[in-house]
Amino acid sequence: MSGTSHNPHVAHHFDDMEQQREASTLGMWAFLATEILFFGGLFTGYTVYRSRYPAAFHDGSGELDVWLGFLNTLVLIGSSLTMALAVRASQLGRKRALVLFLVLTMILGSAFLGVKVFEYAQKYHHHLIPGVNFVVPEGQTPQFTLFFLFYFVMTGMHALHMIVGLVLMAILIVRSAKDRFSEQYYAPVEIFGLYWHFVDIVWIFLFPLLYLIGRH
Amino acid sequence: MHVLPLRLYFVIFLALAAGTVLTVLAAFQDFGVFNNVVALGIAGIKALLVILYFMHVRYNKPLTWVFVGAGFFWLAILIGITMGDYASRDWERAPQGWTAVGPQAVAEAAAAETSESSPQEH
Repeated sequence: MSGTSHNPHVAHHFDDMEQQREASTLGMWAFLATEILFFGGLFTGYTVYRSRYPAAFHDGSGELDVWLGFLNTLVLIGSSLTMALAVRASQLGRKRALVLFLVLTMILGSAFLGVKVFEYAQKYHHHLIPGVNFVVPEGQTPQFTLFFLFYFVMTGMHALHMIVGLVLMAILIVRSAKDRFSEQYYAPVEIFGLYWHFVDIVWIFLFPLLYLIGRH
Repeated sequence: MHVLPLRLYFVIFLALAAGTVLTVLAAFQDFGVFNNVVALGIAGIKALLVILYFMHVRYNKPLTWVFVGAGFFWLAILIGITMGDYASRDWERAPQGWTAVGPQAVAEAAAAETSESSPQEH
């Protein structure tokens, strides 16, 4: 079993694999805490300016496509499911299932980014990209631009995190195919899973806060 | 090592999907200020499900819970104190001659200055 110290994958400074796994989990959550504060700063700025300029944020949100956002949310949650299933497969030493679920996660993650590219292109055609070609529509205040600044920075940083995730995922797929993981050692898959779920959680908050302001 | 039953993952996924549908439907209803409460509440529950089950935190040791909680605790401080600052900026009228910082106080000061000729020499 993976718990004994005879496991060749246990580093010498750990008593057993269980302790090693707990340590890597703690390390990953320490990193995720920095990510929580990173996105937290953006969410705080959003909170300040949305409370200051509610009408501009209301109208800005109206320019976003709710159904694309809804679809993307389901896609990303689906990718979290396939990622969780990939981790489970690695725990059970099932290589084919592991590779399959990692590939599915990558497909869903890429689909998400594809939709975002389409959305960004739409914004470009409607002159809604601040600093590029932004035109404040008739009857709108300058703070209309502010909403789109937050939209692009927040979804942009989120997309950047997803791209990094996809690159790491590709590496994991190659390693999985080369039998680098087993029930004895699957930490990289599990730890990457934590990162991917975190990126999903950020979107879970981004979607209602950006797409669903005052839709009634 | 905690290997969760396959079915659990699908149940959680369905709950997350249902929450997403609910959030969109609720957004089209007018609950006034409670629209925000509902949206953030549902998002919070979804995040909790992902953290506890997909990320296995429910099955982790208490020390891990401390690390998980710390990040969100610091986020709460960031948002809480920052918004407390902004929300209270208009509460206290600045005494004569002091610079006010809240938007309403600044507007009032500007209006007062233009309505009477400048009382002080610089």
